[in-house]
This record gives sequence, structure tokens and C-alpha cells, in this order.
Amino acid sequence: MTRLVSGGRIDRTRPLRFSFDGRGYTGFAGDTLASALLANGVHLVGRSFKYHRPRGILSAGVEEPNALVEIDRGAGRREPNVRATVVPLVEGLVARSQNRWPSLRFDLAAVNGLASAILGAGFYYKTFLGPGRDAWHKRWEPLIRRMAGLGRAPEAPDPDRYANRYTHAEVLVVGAGPAGIAAALQAAASGGRVMLCDEQAEMGGSLLAEPVAWPQLAADLATLRANPRVTLLPRTTAFSYGLQNFVALTQVVEAAGGLRERLWQVRAGRVVLATGALERPIPFSGNDRPGVMLADAARHYARRWGVLPGRNVAALVAHDTGYAAAFALQDAGAAIATVLDMRATAPDDLLAEAAQRGIRVLPGHGIAATRGRQRITGLLAAPRGADGAPDATRATPIACDLLLMAGGWTPSVHLFSQARGQLRWDAGLDAFLPDAAREAVTCVGACAGEGLTPGLPVTQLAAGSARARKAFVDQQNDVTTRDIALAVQEGFRSIEHVKRYTTNGMATDQGKTSNMLGLAVVAGELGRSVPEVGLTTFRAPYTPISFGAFAGRHRGLLFDPIRSAPLHEWATQQGAVFEPVGQWQRARYFPQAGEDMHAAVTRECLAVRNAVGIFDASTLGKIEVTGPDAALFLERCYVNAWQKLGIGRCRYGLLLREDGFILDDGVVGRIAADRFHVTTTTGGAARVLHMLEDYRQTEFPELRVWLTSTTEHWGVIALQGPRARDVLAPLVEGLDWTAFPHMAVAECRVAGVAARLFRVSFSGELGFEVNIPASQAPAVWQALLHAGAAHGITPYGTEAMHVLRAEKGFIIVGQETDGTVTPDDAGLTWLIGKAKPDFIGKRSLSRPEMQRADRRQLVGLVPRDGTTLPDEGAQLIASAGSRVAEGHVTSAYRSAALGHPIALGLLASGRARLGETVLATSLTGPPIPLEVVAPVFLDPKGDRLRG
Amino acid sequence: MLLIHCPWCGERAELEFRHCGEAHLARPTNPATLTDAEWAEYLAFRDNHRGWVRERWRHVHGCGRFFNALRHTLTDRFAASYKTGEAWPEPPA
Repeated sequence: MTRLVSGGRIDRTRPLRFSFDGRGYTGFAGDTLASALLANGVHLVGRSFKYHRPRGILSAGVEEPNALVEIDRGAGRREPNVRATVVPLVEGLVARSQNRWPSLRFDLAAVNGLASAILGAGFYYKTFLGPGRDAWHKRWEPLIRRMAGLGRAPEAPDPDRYANRYTHAEVLVVGAGPAGIAAALQAAASGGRVMLCDEQAEMGGSLLAEPVAWPQLAADLATLRANPRVTLLPRTTAFSYGLQNFVALTQVVEAAGGLRERLWQVRAGRVVLATGALERPIPFSGNDRPGVMLADAARHYARRWGVLPGRNVAALVAHDTGYAAAFALQDAGAAIATVLDMRATAPDDLLAEAAQRGIRVLPGHGIAATRGRQRITGLLAAPRGADGAPDATRATPIACDLLLMAGGWTPSVHLFSQARGQLRWDAGLDAFLPDAAREAVTCVGACAGEGLTPGLPVTQLAAGSARARKAFVDQQNDVTTRDIALAVQEGFRSIEHVKRYTTNGMATDQGKTSNMLGLAVVAGELGRSVPEVGLTTFRAPYTPISFGAFAGRHRGLLFDPIRSAPLHEWATQQGAVFEPVGQWQRARYFPQAGEDMHAAVTRECLAVRNAVGIFDASTLGKIEVTGPDAALFLERCYVNAWQKLGIGRCRYGLLLREDGFILDDGVVGRIAADRFHVTTTTGGAARVLHMLEDYRQTEFPELRVWLTSTTEHWGVIALQGPRARDVLAPLVEGLDWTAFPHMAVAECRVAGVAARLFRVSFSGELGFEVNIPASQAPAVWQALLHAGAAHGITPYGTEAMHVLRAEKGFIIVGQETDGTVTPDDAGLTWLIGKAKPDFIGKRSLSRPEMQRADRRQLVGLVPRDGTTLPDEGAQLIASAGSRVAEGHVTSAYRSAALGHPIALGLLASGRARLGETVLATSLTGPPIPLEVVAPVFLDPKGDRLRG
Repeated sequence: MLLIHCPWCGERAELEFRHCGEAHLARPTNPATLTDAEWAEYLAFRDNHRGWVRERWRHVHGCGRFFNALRHTLTDRFAASYKTGEAWPEPPA
């Protein structure tokens, strides 16, 4: 055991059992998984991404690149790539190492390490070009995915709950170290709402490694906790800082049986960033071996968790804080083998204290190599040569079981930079610091450089390291100094390009420990300064965020709102099969026992053609257009003429965009001189209202007209078929049937309910659409079903509706049209009001391109063999083997009424090609010969619907 | 997420709004008299520059009104928003 007998913030009265790779261990409340593993002497915790090198615990915080484990909390709760350094230990925790086979100690894929000479920078780009066209995705990618990778994605659905909260605060403080707590106390004193968040389970930051500060820390946190205007959020990471002080936080709640995480979206009057600084690792050969640790992390393990991560400790320092760590470990009982100071001279006071403590200090030294397989056993100390590289010919072996790296400090300016704050290079502190801010933000503490002292500049830290073997810069992505030097040698100059080519800093740790080192290596290779090379962009999220936090409650039925029509429940009871149309769920067909879709649709279609069908058309978009200038407004918008449309009459309206292409269609009825009932397609309702509102508000503000969406106000029941009137008439009151021709509308009562009755047909049969208040629709539907029983009334769904309208050659916007179809293309020129000087899109129709004779025009298509159904979307070609598409199939159905398949399509110069044969391509067989015919297959004169 | 000032409702979250393109492009009163080139200019050509732009927004999940705003395309700062038909304010220096 390496647990100290006393000290630290753990609760020794509360032991917790956990397992790692199937072996049982014990830790204490207050431990992280990392501190508990170290307390049990476990240093080897993972294998690296590319070379499968043994890796240990580098840090004590979120910057951890190596100690990534899988946490298994049961089915659907298996989480990969969790940093062991941020997981609070709980009773029964199950953790596993990743990326190894068959075991962590014996990993066969470690042979990758032997091949590292060819797995260097740009390896993917250079290697997997052959053989053959599909070599990459058929051969190499599956292989690499097996060999390299991080963890296993969970397979079962996540059973936990996640929540989302929006809130406001006068002050949001990010980071609860000494600077953040001071800022929160100050802000709380001024009386506003204050939020203080910190990514760790325990607040205090660097104070947690300073036992003398603990009483004051406890008092300060108690003061804050007692203030009702202060919200303390531990285990909460501010990961994204957007415009206007909009900050996203993710909080791990892990309430028993309750909420797992909460996503906070905070709009703050002022943001205080107290995000601290991260210690820099040092690049030297073998700097990734388990037991090589950031110096301050080791100090935290000793002081905060009462763990001694090594008994015989060596330290490589480039900054004074390395001495503090070594002294702390010595105080905790470790032997300090040697302190190697990379600087030519170490400060006198530290040298004096080291001497007093009996610690040997070797100034001007580096490390030529380390020893040990699964944990460090020693190192080769060597004086640094003129270029900064250790002189291996003068190396001295030193035994150790823990090696501290103190490379100096990098302020965490991620969030400040995300908020588009400018950074400046501070040559004295050798760091990028916050400069001009664009938001109401204040940076305090180490992230602003406060309290930091200079150490060895990072360029000197990296000097000569490009010649070292396996000196890792990015440990998570296995990027070495040599890889970066190679990228520069191959001509990459921009740091953004070097980053992408080598993948330095692109792992899930986002380069927290590697970006500055990578930058320094590039600077050294190019002979430029760090600020001349520049910095890569900081992007959200600061740390990995679970998908659950983003999804929140928006899962399953709540993922996307479902709109259901008034007769949805009835259709469900009837066993209807539904299809999504936009957000609507519409009944597609009503299968009876033993029927498949084709059988049901055939039966429904024939019922409409031979008797009467009943259909829920409530999803149609509806807009009430009112006002003295209503007719004039429609006249300016739609292609049709409206001013002379009689009251009680309907017209099929066509709406274009200003570019001349069809946007939407629908029947418009004139209810009164100043009132129109406009219908739109189901999917186009919002689009049409938006466009009409745009013209009403911004182009024609002088018109006295108002638009109201009434889509959900009206339930619409369509009755279609030769017996439709027989069913309907006995239920209608207040209607003069002798003055109610095709395309008429009247206000009357149907089954005792006030209705707008339209005589319209989308099937080609005698047809009516009964509009009643949505709440009354089920009752009226039942009344019609009852009245229609004797006439063989048959409910039909959207599939039959599609077949029926296609037999009649009626287009569906979005199916026959695709945003490039003009009225003439669709054969609808007859709708255009000839005398109208203008309407939306009219000017575009006279452009030469819109009048070409070879535009694709709507045609009917019938298979020559009378049986083969072409695919919707199939290309139309003139002859077998042709590579030139002359159009495509827009709709295709088996028509029971006609006894053969029919299709609609858009075909170049189509109307001039009636009688010709074209071919529809097929994904499964030879092209299908089709005869080009007129698009109206049934009753072209319209006798049936006028019946 | 931006905070956007609706001239009718005040400051609201961006997700209540829909962006509607460049502002102050009046539809020609008599398009038939325009040449194809002139019509194309109105129909298809838009400015795309770095700096202050006048653009249209609609408070689509609020009052439903279209309005105009002055926004900087580099910083996403709004300098002003104003009702349709009002003269545009001068952008900040």
C-alpha cells in the first residue's frame, strides 16, 4: 500500500470497494479512481492509442491524456474514455482498461511500437493509397479500427435521465480555486445572483493541496453556501463560452435513481474566469512510462488524497514549483533520489533548502532515457549540450519508481479565447495571457498570469527534443517530437496544418498538455518565436461532454414533436398504418385481416372509384385571409385571378417563389367579399404563411389584409366517390344543392355541426371536404360512417389518396416538383391570370431559360409490358446504355382502376414526345421501357367529378 | 445563442427568430419593365461583406413581425434593430 497513515481529505472511516480489470481494491470516500488506484500501487492503467505503449496516470485533473478507462455501471451505462482522474470513487465502481488485447499487462498489439518508424506523422495519408480503388475502406480502415481506437461505445440505450436548464446570473464564476472563491465572495457581497462552478467534486482547486488553507476554505464555502443568492455547482464544467456571455455548463448530478447530468445554459451579466493553469510536461525519451507524472499532480496526490505515488522519487524540473513538489513528497515520506534542473542554475534559496533536506540537485541536466517496462525503474541523467539535448555519452543512471516533470505553467485561456477574447504573448511569463475582451469578462488568478513566476521558456524546454527517441508531446494521440519535426521538414508551416497532419492536440483532451509543447517544437524547427508561429484555435467543448447531456429530455417521443390529426385516435383503434408527413403522423392505409399494403390500397382505391371513401384531410394547411384588400392581396401573390371569383366559389391556387418556381398549391374558397379560406399542402403551411406574411408586412404594407393560421382549428373530412352525395346529403342542413356545383363552398351544418363545406375533388370523383371545428371532427366522422354504411363507405389513407390523384394527373408539390419546376413544366399554365400585370414570380417566367422548349415537362408513363412498376426517382434515358438523364420518374403506383402500373415523370420536351418510348433506370434489373402518355390517365374530361 | 432585440417585444433569445436575408431591397413596383439583367440583380445578387450589414429578421416564434437590424458580420454584434419602413441608422464608427 502506498496510502499514508494520515493526512489528506479522504475519509478513512468510509472505505469503498471497487474493481479494476476484474481485480478488487479498496479506497476511501473522497478518492478519485486515479488516487485510489495509486493508493493500491496500480500505475499501469491503459495502453496508448497507436503504439499500445503502457501508460499510467500523468495528472490529477481534466487534462489527463493517458488514464482513460471504461466505467461500467450496468446495461446502457457503460461509458468509455473516462479520465480516471475526475471520477469520484463510489462503492462498487467497476472500471476496466481499454485498448488492449488480451490483457493490459500483455498486449499483443504493442508490436505497433516496434513499427513506430513507419507509423509517424502523415502515416495515414502516405500509406494506404493502394492496392486497388477500395483499399482504404475495405482493407485498411477496418484493420486500423481494430488496432487503434479508444474504448467501446455502449450498445444498450442509456437508461439515465438528463435535464436542461436555462438561467441568468449577475455574475458567473468559473473555477473554485482561491481566485474564483474570492471573486464569488466579492460578487455575493454586492447582492446579485452569483453562480460558482467547478469541474471537481470538491471545491478549492489548488487550495486542496494546502492543508494550512483548509479551515479558511471551509469557512469561505460555508459563507457562500449560506447565501441564498449564490448557487454552488461542483462537478460542473463550463465547456462553451458563446456570444453575449452565454455560457454552457455540464453538471454531473448522479442522483440515486434520478438525474445523471444537467446541461445549464447561463446568460451572465459578468463572467469571471478563474480557470487556473495547467502544468507542462517535458519532452524527453521515454517520458510516457507509467510512473512519470506531472510534479504538481504528485503533490496533490500526497497532500489531498494521502497517497504516495512513489517511494524513490526523481524530478526533472524547469520551474521552481518542481522543488515544492519534491519537498512535499519528501515530507510525506518519500526518498528524493535526485532533482535534475534543466536550467543552467537553480535559485539559491531552493538549492539551500534542497541541501538542508539532503536532496541532490543537478543543474543543467536533462534525461537521455528512462527504464522500466510497465513502470519506471530508473533514468539516465545527462548534462544538456549546447542545443539543449542531453549528452547521452555523459549519462548517469539513477534508480527511481516515480519521476516528476515540472515544465512550468500554461494559463487556461480556453474559455476566454472561445469568447473571442484576444490573447497576447507574455515573454516574461512565457505564456499566452488574456488581453482585449469582447465580452463582459474578467480573468483572475493563474489564468490571467497572476501568481505565476517564470521558469525555463517552453522553447528551451523543447530544445533538442526533436532528436530524442519517443519523446511524446501528445500522449493521447501518440505524437512525438520527431513526428512534429518531420511535418515541418515536409513543408508544413502553419501550426493549424501541423496539428492536423500530426494530429497533435486533436485527441479528446484537446491538447491541454500538448499544444504548447507542439508549438515550441515547431518554433524550434522553424527558428521562430512562439508568438510568430501562433496558436491553434480553442474550440468548445473544453472537456468531452456526454451525448445524454446534449440530448436532455429530447429522446424517444420527445425527440421531435408529433402532430396528430383529430381522427388520429380513431385511426389507431382501426389498426391504421401511419406515415410521417413533416411532423404529422398520417394514416397511410387501413389493413383488414390478412391484407398487405398493396391489397389494402387496392381495396381502398376501388371503393372510392366505385362507391365512396372517407379520408382525414385535417393536416392540410389552412390560412384565413381577411380584410377589404384580401382579394387584391391574393391577386398579387398567387398566379390566379381572384378579384372576380364569386362568393361561394373555389379555385385551385398556385403560388410561385419570386424566381418563378412552384412553391405550393391548394384550393382557395371565397367565403365573403373580404374573407378567403386558403388551403396549402400539409408540409407547406408554415412556409406559405411565412412568405405571405413577408409580402404583407414588407412589400404591401398599404393593403388592409390579415392572415391567420387556422390549420389546427379545422378538422377536414373528405368524402370522395360516386355515392359521396348520397352519404352526405341527409346530414346537411342549410345548403341549396341546386346551386352547389364542383368548386363551390358554402357555410352550412353537417350532422348538426357548423361547417364549411367544399365541393372539391383530389381523386377525380365526385367529392366533398367537410370542414368542422377540430374538436367536432370525431363526432361528424362517426355520423358520416354511420350514414355511409349502407353505401359501402370505406376509410382510406394517404397511399390510396396518392394513387387516386395520380390516376387523375394531379401533382403533389414536393413530389412532382422540386423547386425547379415552373407552372408550364407542370402543365399548369392555364391557371395563370392572363390579364394580370404582375404576381410573385411572373417576371421570372419570361426569362429565356424558363421558356426553353426542352425544359422537363410533366408526362404520364406506362410500362410497355403492362406490369413492371418503375422506381420513383429513377432516371429517364432515351436508349439503353445512354448516360444522359432526360428526366426522372416522380411518382409510380399500381393502379387498380386501370389494371396496370402508372407513373408521372418530368421529361425533357415531354409534351412533344407522347407515344415515344423512354427507359427508366433500375437499381435491380435492366432499364424499364415506358410509353410517354398524357399525365391524366382517368376521365380527362372530368365527367366523374362533375357528376 | 444571440440575444436579439425585437422592436416590438424587446430582447429575446435567438431561437425565437428567423434570419431573412439582406434588408432594404424593395421589390420593383413594375417588374415587367425591367431587363433580365436588372431583374436578376434584384432576384439573386446580394452583398456579402465583412462589417456592418443591414439585414432582415422575423420574430417568427413571437410576434411574427419582420424587422431590420444592423449587425456586424465579424463580431455578431447588433448595433440597432428597427421597424420595417424606418430609415436605417448609421453603423457605429
